[in-house]
Amino acid sequence: MGDQLATGSRRGLKPALPLLLPAYLWLTVAIFLPLSAMVFFSFMTDLPLAGKEWAFTLGNYAAFFSQSLYSTLLLASLRLGLEVTLWCVVVGYPAAYVLAKVLKGRSREAIFLLVILPFWSNGLVRIFSWAMVLREGGILDTALNAVLPFKINIDLMYSYPAVIIGLVHSYVPYMVLTCYLTLQAIDDSLLEAGRSLGASRLQVLKRVIIPLSMPGLIAGAALIFVPVVGSFMEPRILGGRTGTFYGTVIEDQFVAVFNWPLGAALSFILLAVVLIILALAAPVLRRAG
Amino acid sequence: MTTTRILEWLGRFYIFLLLAFLYLPIIIMALMSFNASPFYQLPFEWTTDWYASLWQNDQLISATWNSIEIAIITTIISTLLGSMASLALYRYEFRGKKFLQALLFPPIAIPWLITGTAMLIFFFGIGIGRGLVAILLGHVALALPYVIVVVSARLQTFAPELEEAARSLGANQWQVTNRVTLPWIMPGVIAGGLFAFAVSFDQFVVSYFLSTPGQTTLPVEIYAAIRKGFTPEINAVSTIIIVVSMALMLLTARFFKFGGEK
Repeated sequence: MGDQLATGSRRGLKPALPLLLPAYLWLTVAIFLPLSAMVFFSFMTDLPLAGKEWAFTLGNYAAFFSQSLYSTLLLASLRLGLEVTLWCVVVGYPAAYVLAKVLKGRSREAIFLLVILPFWSNGLVRIFSWAMVLREGGILDTALNAVLPFKINIDLMYSYPAVIIGLVHSYVPYMVLTCYLTLQAIDDSLLEAGRSLGASRLQVLKRVIIPLSMPGLIAGAALIFVPVVGSFMEPRILGGRTGTFYGTVIEDQFVAVFNWPLGAALSFILLAVVLIILALAAPVLRRAG
Repeated sequence: MTTTRILEWLGRFYIFLLLAFLYLPIIIMALMSFNASPFYQLPFEWTTDWYASLWQNDQLISATWNSIEIAIITTIISTLLGSMASLALYRYEFRGKKFLQALLFPPIAIPWLITGTAMLIFFFGIGIGRGLVAILLGHVALALPYVIVVVSARLQTFAPELEEAARSLGANQWQVTNRVTLPWIMPGVIAGGLFAFAVSFDQFVVSYFLSTPGQTTLPVEIYAAIRKGFTPEINAVSTIIIVVSMALMLLTARFFKFGGEK
């Protein structure tokens, strides 16, 4: 951003401070201090509230490492994140390609807007809408039985596939958006050059289009993977009893079991894992960009 | 050439399938809010009773008002503070600026589950506790980075020479901002504000951890209802929410281009 500021910009932090301070103070109080407090609390035996006894401990972290339940659930959540991300690539990438390279003009604008519109609507409501579709005796069940000559029972509700479907539905617009932005930047003449030099469609796709759109794919994957690993509402509503994941266990510590220090430790471990994965993805992203 | 045409039509058909995947559940959910059966049974029988009975549901109504109030206050505060910060980041060159810009990403990138539980712990620790004040504090913090990113994007298209010209013609700092810069970035400010409203109005996770039984927002109330066992009343209120937020986003799109095309 620094380049275009050369002419009109002014030096010094002092004149900028009054404009910056309110926003950054607010972020400090509501985001950065809470995150630090969470780390602090995760090393406590109990909350230092209402005269309760507390001491420093590593017990909350020991709980994570000694009980295989937590690491199993973390792995399950990571796997869920991976699967949802892959499905989003499979479903979203071709759509982004069609939007960027096949559709033109007004119809492209309109359809692009239609694709990204749902993800600005309430995520909870969209997950709830899948409950309408997937239930036994729900729409999918009724519709398929009306069309098919034999009787089948579709009861996907409260199953792992239901969680996947709901999450892909929630997050696929991210993938379409980020891939569309990078695909659109690819010059059409590059593709034509490849074709006229004798490359097949598949070769152009593999050697030109996919490498050039890699930044979009990775950005989309990061935007999807991170929140999915921490999801708890979607597995709860669509997964029922099979919907126990790392996120739902953290939720339980805060709203049901009231073991906040353990919840804080589990949250912090999740944050660390997510940050490590993002840090690993960052150089790939920079190289590709 | 014909293969190209066939592939293009296949592509169009695929987009149609994707749109069906995205919209069908929402449409079905909305249709069910007009179906008479409380157990979602077909055949479909038209009714608007579920919307009528919403008016008797005091809990939902008070949660709705809370949601609207918090979204409006969040919009005002975060648009004001965010636009100020964007101006400073645009106008001044100082050490640590890159760091300040990087600080905007944790609130967007860290899963809300983590941010929300961290806020719960901290607000309890310093005595704010749970409730509408805590929810508002959280929502503004979540909306701020979006506002700053959107307004900064608009500022990128602003020629700094215009500010210089105004200054050299004798305008003071306030006049420069008010008469030159603000009118130019207004579409960005409005888009940022609409983003902020949507972030707050649709926010569930953070509100969920920060709410208490009397002081809650609409999405939290809906989540509780879904888990207790729901009636088409929930479909009715969900339909209203989805129509409102989609209308808001269409409005935002008028002020701010997402497509990346200049």
